[in-house]
Amino acid sequence: MLHINNIEVVYSKMILVLKGMSLEVPEGKIVALLGSNGAGKSTTLKSISGLLAGDGGELTKGSITYHGEEISGFSPDQIVQKGIFQSMEGRRVFKHLTVEENLIAGAHTRKDRNHLKHDMERVYHYFPKLKTLRSRHAGLLSGGEQQMLAIGRGIMAKPKLLLLDEPSLGIAPLLVKEIFQNIKQINKEEGTSILVVEQNANVALSIADYGYIVEDGRSVLEAPVSELMENKEVQEHYLGMSDEGRKNYREVKSYRKKKRWV
Amino acid sequence: MTFFIQMLVSGIVVGSIYALVALGFVLIYKASDALNLANGEFVLIGSYVCLTLITVLKLPFLLAILITLVFSALLGLMVEKMVLRPLLNAPTISVIMATIGLGNLLAGLTHVVWGHQTRMYPQIFPDTPVTFGGVIITPVYLWSFVIVMSLLIAFTVFFKFSKMGIAMRAVADDLQAAASMGISVKKVFAITWAIACVVAAVGGVLLGNINGVNATMSVIGLTVLPVVILGGLDSIAGAIVGGFIIGIAQSMAGGYLDPMVGGGLKDVFPFIIVILILMIKPYGLFGKGGVERV
Ligand SMILES: Nc1ncnc2c1ncn2[C@@H]1O[C@H](COP(=O)(O)OP(=O)(O)OP(=O)(O)O)[C@@H](O)[C@H]1O
Ligand SMILES: [Mg+2]
Repeated sequence: MLHINNIEVVYSKMILVLKGMSLEVPEGKIVALLGSNGAGKSTTLKSISGLLAGDGGELTKGSITYHGEEISGFSPDQIVQKGIFQSMEGRRVFKHLTVEENLIAGAHTRKDRNHLKHDMERVYHYFPKLKTLRSRHAGLLSGGEQQMLAIGRGIMAKPKLLLLDEPSLGIAPLLVKEIFQNIKQINKEEGTSILVVEQNANVALSIADYGYIVEDGRSVLEAPVSELMENKEVQEHYLGMSDEGRKNYREVKSYRKKKRWV
Repeated sequence: MTFFIQMLVSGIVVGSIYALVALGFVLIYKASDALNLANGEFVLIGSYVCLTLITVLKLPFLLAILITLVFSALLGLMVEKMVLRPLLNAPTISVIMATIGLGNLLAGLTHVVWGHQTRMYPQIFPDTPVTFGGVIITPVYLWSFVIVMSLLIAFTVFFKFSKMGIAMRAVADDLQAAASMGISVKKVFAITWAIACVVAAVGGVLLGNINGVNATMSVIGLTVLPVVILGGLDSIAGAIVGGFIIGIAQSMAGGYLDPMVGGGLKDVFPFIIVILILMIKPYGLFGKGGVERV
């Protein structure tokens, strides 16, 4: 449904960040986008959702099509109306709004306003914790609860494609597992296609169908998850495994300098 | 005692008008982190336009005020589009400078059109005073209070429950995140300026009915500054409470202190209160704290 073809993105008219990035999200699937800090994962998501301009970024080359329609250059509200919703890195809940008001804000582009209550119940179905917190200010929630809320806002928009930027960020491992199971469940029950950016490759690949590895502004490896899991280099660099078990950080790092994906 | 209550009542009424005008000021601050220093001119223009519609075009008051509100909303939209939008990513100080320039421009224009003499509104509200247990209230005060309170309640409900109200608060909280919800930030800014202009105009019309209109009315733009600083620049509730406090304090200073010192304290008093309160609460009574950019 979504095709990114060879895009280049420049920040502040001079910093080239994406250097020919391509990827594809098929209908109904979960696609994981993995890569180290500064690889350009968030930039890729922002190019799709139209949030680039607000950050001083610009798409200078390539195309982004959604169901065959070119959507690069659309404003964020147009993109949301097309059915693509991005949950930004760092949760970004509205701190001075209550949980419920945050959810209403998530439904901003929906035309059928009388389904609001029903959709809120859908969110509470995935995240029962939020229901008990519904009238609390979002700024008072814990990191994990805020992440649930951030994803919940996405559910309220009823998107066809949900873009999630590091939902595991700053959250305890046990809760991360739970949140990713929720994401899988949303994908199944709502039929929402999902593109998820992650540093935590283990948990991302545990729910994804397909994965991309991003390095220095381009995708350097892509494969179905089963294949990625088998791949030696992915195991070592992203899943933290090797024959002798977990390698220490220093070893991994020195190896990384040598490696070439393409 | 009656004198005290008399002063209190007039303070509450004028304070409620301050609260209304301050509301517009706070909305703009929340949306774009900028002080709107043309606010006083919006008040003045609203007052003059309504007065002209009534005295020159002989329109009935209700129709005149309706047209004034529409005119003010359009003025707000125009100002946002022509002055503020080009400065969307500019530093806050540039935005503030732009509002100062705009204020001067508007002040000049009103001077050209309406001159400098004080113009009086024709009698609109009945002039037989109403007595509440010994306290005499002129109907214009009573009506002003009723109108302002209805508006303040309407806006509170709007911000709390309506889709656009929630979107406006979301933009104030986190502009980028609001954009990612599909909230049109442009539209929110435009509506913010329209509302700010409309409440300013209502304030102008009411003050005009109480005191008449001349260029000094735009001083309210400055009086509202202590109001919002007192309440905390980013708090709507603070603007309302601050409005009442300053209104009452000013009225008391005018009634009790001015006769002793020979006048003039009334206008300074709000600033004295603000300094005192800021010494105790640096972010105002309801402010969220954090480093202000102004
Ligand atoms: N607004 C901006 N202006 C200038 N440069 C930017 C901006 N945003 C990101 N960059 C740069 O672009 C590069 C890619 O950033 P991006 O946020 O896409 O990385 P990422 O893969 O999401 O990293 P992380 O995992 O740390 O979130 C980085 O080098 C970053 O410094
Ligand atoms: Mg990122």
